[in-house]
Amino acid sequence: MLIRKPDDIPSSEITDEKVYLSRRQWLAAAGAVALSGVPALAACQDGDDDAQPDKPNTWEQITTYNNFYEFGTDKEEPARLAPRSLRTRPWTVVMDGLCRKPARYNFDDLIRPHRIQDRTYRLRCVEAWSMVVPWNGIPLRDVLRRAEPLPSARFVEFTTLLDPNQMPGQRRAVLDWPYLEGLRMDEAMHPLALLATGIYGKPLPAQNGAPLRLVVPWKYGFKSIKSIVRIRFTDRQPRNTWNVSAPGEYGFYANVNPRVDHPRWSQANERRIGELFRRRATLPFNGYADQVASMYAGMDLRRNY
Amino acid sequence: MAFRPSPRAERILNRLVKPAVWIGGLWPLALVVVAVVTGTISANPLEDVTDRTGKAVIILLMVTLAVSPVRRLSGWNGVIAARRPLGLFAFFYACLHFLIYLFDHTFSWGLIVEDVVEHPYVTAGFAALLILAALAVTSTKGWIRRLGKGWQKLHRLVYLAAGLGVIHFLWAVKKDLREPLVYAAVFAVLMAFRLPLLQKKRKKTEIRARPPVERDAPAV
Repeated sequence: MLIRKPDDIPSSEITDEKVYLSRRQWLAAAGAVALSGVPALAACQDGDDDAQPDKPNTWEQITTYNNFYEFGTDKEEPARLAPRSLRTRPWTVVMDGLCRKPARYNFDDLIRPHRIQDRTYRLRCVEAWSMVVPWNGIPLRDVLRRAEPLPSARFVEFTTLLDPNQMPGQRRAVLDWPYLEGLRMDEAMHPLALLATGIYGKPLPAQNGAPLRLVVPWKYGFKSIKSIVRIRFTDRQPRNTWNVSAPGEYGFYANVNPRVDHPRWSQANERRIGELFRRRATLPFNGYADQVASMYAGMDLRRNY
Repeated sequence: MAFRPSPRAERILNRLVKPAVWIGGLWPLALVVVAVVTGTISANPLEDVTDRTGKAVIILLMVTLAVSPVRRLSGWNGVIAARRPLGLFAFFYACLHFLIYLFDHTFSWGLIVEDVVEHPYVTAGFAALLILAALAVTSTKGWIRRLGKGWQKLHRLVYLAAGLGVIHFLWAVKKDLREPLVYAAVFAVLMAFRLPLLQKKRKKTEIRARPPVERDAPAV
């Protein structure tokens, strides 16, 4: 698996000096992670060079095309409405459940002890479009470890803010509010799982799930819950909102899988935002199979969709 | 409920029909072009244009289906001249909608056939398109003459096409059914106008001695 060094990247792929610099930081971080024995994060490049480089999407694309039903069901509504009404400070994150040190954290206190990393990941929506996003954030496991989860904690449940005054879309029951998501403990502890606080070196815009969101790049985007207010350790598989809303269409695991179609549309390929003249073949686990497939060895991924 | 326009008003309205239909019919296309040129189209332009053209089809079909009820309620006969161009505009946007869909799927015929066959919302949309094509082709005066009474029966398929369009929209939407349900409600109301009429019409066509010319085409 090839990781291209910065001077291999043609200038046409450099969107922003900031991105260029952050890629070097990312490589340094990846190098450090590799030294610690964890497989390097193949965020920008897969094994196959011949096909299709993963160019990061532009700030405009990432921040104006959003599924965030708390602010309406049109893709352009979150960008229009969220910045107006979402108050990202003060922000409290509660970590509780089956853990030794449950606590309420002020957002800044939660983040301060950690070094913000740059992670450029593919994000694949279940609607069959995708983007490449240069996230800034901290590994989820580093945050979870602060609460010292008990051995009985087999799952982690996440909750989004519930406040129809700040989130006008919550005035309609288009989904069961508040938005809930969950991960199995090993998934949550995986080095790829990220708590993102920024994009392109800037703080997360409201429409992208400010101030704190999850990024689980090997799963469909709806797993990457936004504007998190609670992280709860539990021994039972958490309910997740899209599964509650349409159990036959959205599962709990939601691993990106070109071989398991959505009941109403195919998952075999996807529209990479910014690319007009081709569709990409969807990759198992969104191209992160090397790093994550082992967690699902022996699982029937058609039944556990 | 009828508000008959005066003969003078009717003359003015009759002159306005065709220009109004053309402006209304080209309006969705103009909006798309403006959005693309000014960069207000979404980050997923193919999806955006697909949605906009699809919406244009369904709106135009509903307006087309509203023509006969308007004529009956108002007594303004001249409105019937709007029906054919409105229907043809609906077909025009249906073709655009389909073309963008093909482009969005990179003209991969294998995938497209599979999509039409395996995914009911695509099947419904494609069936609606085929019906609209048949209606567009037979919309001319020549065909009205050629088909005689059969023309009426054939063109009642517009109800099926509109219904399939509503179903296509309902099944395509991810979760928010609000908008398609509005069109479903409008469709139901417009179809309600057809129920008592179907009985009256049998008597009308028995009396009629000559084949219907467009201006005298029975309210459908």
